[in-house]
Amino acid sequence: MTVDERNELEQAALRVRQHIVRMSTNGGCFIGASLSCADILVYLYWRFLNISPMTVNAEDRDVLLLSKGHDVPALYGVLAERGFISKARLKNHLSVGDHIYWHPNRAVSGVEFHSGSLGHLLSVGMGMALDARMKGLPTRVVVILGDGELNEGSVWEAGLVASALSIDNLVAVVDRNHFQANIRTEELVPLEPLAEKFRAFGWDTMHVNGHDMESLDECFGALQLSTGRPTVVIADTRRGKGLPSIEERADRWFCNFSPEEADALLDELAGNSRATLTSETLIVR
Amino acid sequence: MNRYETLLLDTASRDERLVVITAENRGHMRTVPPMLGDRFIDVGIAEQTMIGMAAGMAVRGRVVVTHALAAFLTMRAFEFIRDDVAIANASVIMVGMVPGVLSDGNGPTHQAIEDVSIMRGLPNMGVFCPCDESEFIDGMRVLLESRRPWYVRYISTPDLAIDRVAFEPGVAAVVRGEALHRPNVTILTYGFLTRQCIEAAEELGRDDVQVRVVNMRTLKPADEKAILHAAATSELVVTVEDHLLTGGLASIVAETLMVHGKGAHVLTIGFPTWFTPGRLDEVLTNERISSSAIAQRIRQRLADIVHAAVKPPSSTHEVSHD
Repeated sequence: MTVDERNELEQAALRVRQHIVRMSTNGGCFIGASLSCADILVYLYWRFLNISPMTVNAEDRDVLLLSKGHDVPALYGVLAERGFISKARLKNHLSVGDHIYWHPNRAVSGVEFHSGSLGHLLSVGMGMALDARMKGLPTRVVVILGDGELNEGSVWEAGLVASALSIDNLVAVVDRNHFQANIRTEELVPLEPLAEKFRAFGWDTMHVNGHDMESLDECFGALQLSTGRPTVVIADTRRGKGLPSIEERADRWFCNFSPEEADALLDELAGNSRATLTSETLIVR
Repeated sequence: MNRYETLLLDTASRDERLVVITAENRGHMRTVPPMLGDRFIDVGIAEQTMIGMAAGMAVRGRVVVTHALAAFLTMRAFEFIRDDVAIANASVIMVGMVPGVLSDGNGPTHQAIEDVSIMRGLPNMGVFCPCDESEFIDGMRVLLESRRPWYVRYISTPDLAIDRVAFEPGVAAVVRGEALHRPNVTILTYGFLTRQCIEAAEELGRDDVQVRVVNMRTLKPADEKAILHAAATSELVVTVEDHLLTGGLASIVAETLMVHGKGAHVLTIGFPTWFTPGRLDEVLTNERISSSAIAQRIRQRLADIVHAAVKPPSSTHEVSHD
C-alpha cells in the first residue's frame, strides 16, 4: 500500500468518524462500537469488497453484514461516503420519516440484512454464502461480530455448522474492542484464548490491528478462501477509537451529546484539544 | 417414497429456487437428500442456525422449506423466526413435525401446543394446519408459490373421506353438514382432530343433533366469515383443537366475535395445560378429545343452555371453558 493510498483510507475513516459523531446528538447512538469498527469498514468497502452503488443488486456482489447492528452509524457513514446513500440523508438519523436509526434496516440501499438482536447474522450470512456457492458465484460474505456478541450461544452453534458445511466463502471479523455494553469482556465472560476457540471449531484464524490500514491490507490481502474452512479475522480495536475523551471508557457506550459537545468532539477528531463532556453518560441495554 | 418427498422432489425439479433444510429430522424425507444434492442441507440439531440460514437464502431469491420438530422449530428458534424470517417477510416455509397431540408419548418438552398462538402473533407469518396428508400436500403446493413465510403443522395421517375444496389461505372448508340450513351446532376445528370432530358429529346426528363441521385449514389468515356464519346460524359454536386454550382457535373466535360485536354460545375444547403423555388413543381419551368425549361435552353444553334458558345477548359474547 502506498503512502497516498494509506492517506486516502485514513482520510475516509476520518470523514466516517465525523458522520458518527454527528449521529451521536439529538437522540444519540452507540458511538463507542461504531468508532471501533470504522477503520475496518472503510478498508473493506474501499479495498476488499466487490460492491458499489452500481452493483448493489448484482447477484455476484460481495456481502457485508453487521451482526452487532448497533455499530450501524459506521456503516451509514461508509455508505454515504461511497455514494450508496446521500450524505444529506444521514441528518435523518432517528427521524421516523427515514429508515436510519440505531440498528440496520435493509430498506437502506447497501444494507444487506437487518440486525439488532445479537447472534443472528452469522447464520444468515452462512445461508447467503451457501446460496452463492450453489449458484457458482464468486460472492464472499463478511460478517462483523462484536466481541461481547460472542456471549451468545447461537454464534458458536453457527460456527460449528459453518465448519461442518465447509463454508469457505465466509469471513467473520470480530471487532475485538474488549468491551461489552457496560464492562470489559474479560471481566464478565472471558473470551480468551479466542483464536484457539475458533480453531477448535474448525475455522482458520487471522489477527489484525483493526485501526491500521496497512495491517488490514496485509491481512485481507493474505486471506485464503477456497480452503474448505471458514475464516475468522480477530481485529484488535479500541472502543471509541479516535476520540480520546471517550476511548475505552465503560460509561461511554451509548452517548447522546449536546450540539456543543458534538462540535468539540469534531475538533477533537481533527487533532485539537480534548472535548469537555458534561452530558450524562448512559448505560443502556 | 411418501407424498411429501414426492412433492419436494417434483417442486425442486421444476423450481431451481427450492432448498430444503432440516435440523436432523429426516424421518419423513429419507429419499430427498441424495436426490436434491446440495439443495438439501442438514445442519444437525441446530434450529436457530437452520432458520437464520434459511432467511439468508430466501432474501437472495430462494424458496426454503425448513423441517424440524414443531416444538423446537417454533420455540427454540422463535427469535430467529421473528427477526430473520418474519421481519424480512422471507419465503421460508417452516414445517413442524409431530405438532399438537401427535407428540403422543414424548412428554411436555416435545409438545407444540403453543405453536399456533406464538406463530400467528408474528406480523407477516401465515399458519397452516392441515387435517390430513392430502390437505397438507395441496396446501403446500400453494404455499411454495406464495413468496411469504408460513408455519405448517406437518401431518401424514390417512386421508379423511371428505369433499375437497381447492386450498386457499383464509378460506375454511365445510367437511360435514354443508347442506344444513341452521345446524344446532357448528364445530370449528383444524388439523388432526378434524377426524374426531366428524365422528362426533355423526354420533350427535344419531341423537337428532344437527352438526356442521368446519375445517379452518389456515389459522392465519383465519376465515372470519366462517366464524361469523357459525355464530349467526348455530345455537352453539364449538372450537376443537389440539392446542392450548390460549392463543389458538378459541382465541381467534373470541377476537372475531368481539371485533364484529357479535355474541354466541361458545364451547372451547383444547388443552388447559400440557397434556399427560402416552399412546395417542389413550391421550385422546384422557384429555377428553376423543370423538365420543367431544360429542358428550357438546351434549352437556347444549343441555346447560336449555336448562339456563338464556339467549346470548346480542352485543357481547360468552365463552366458557367447560
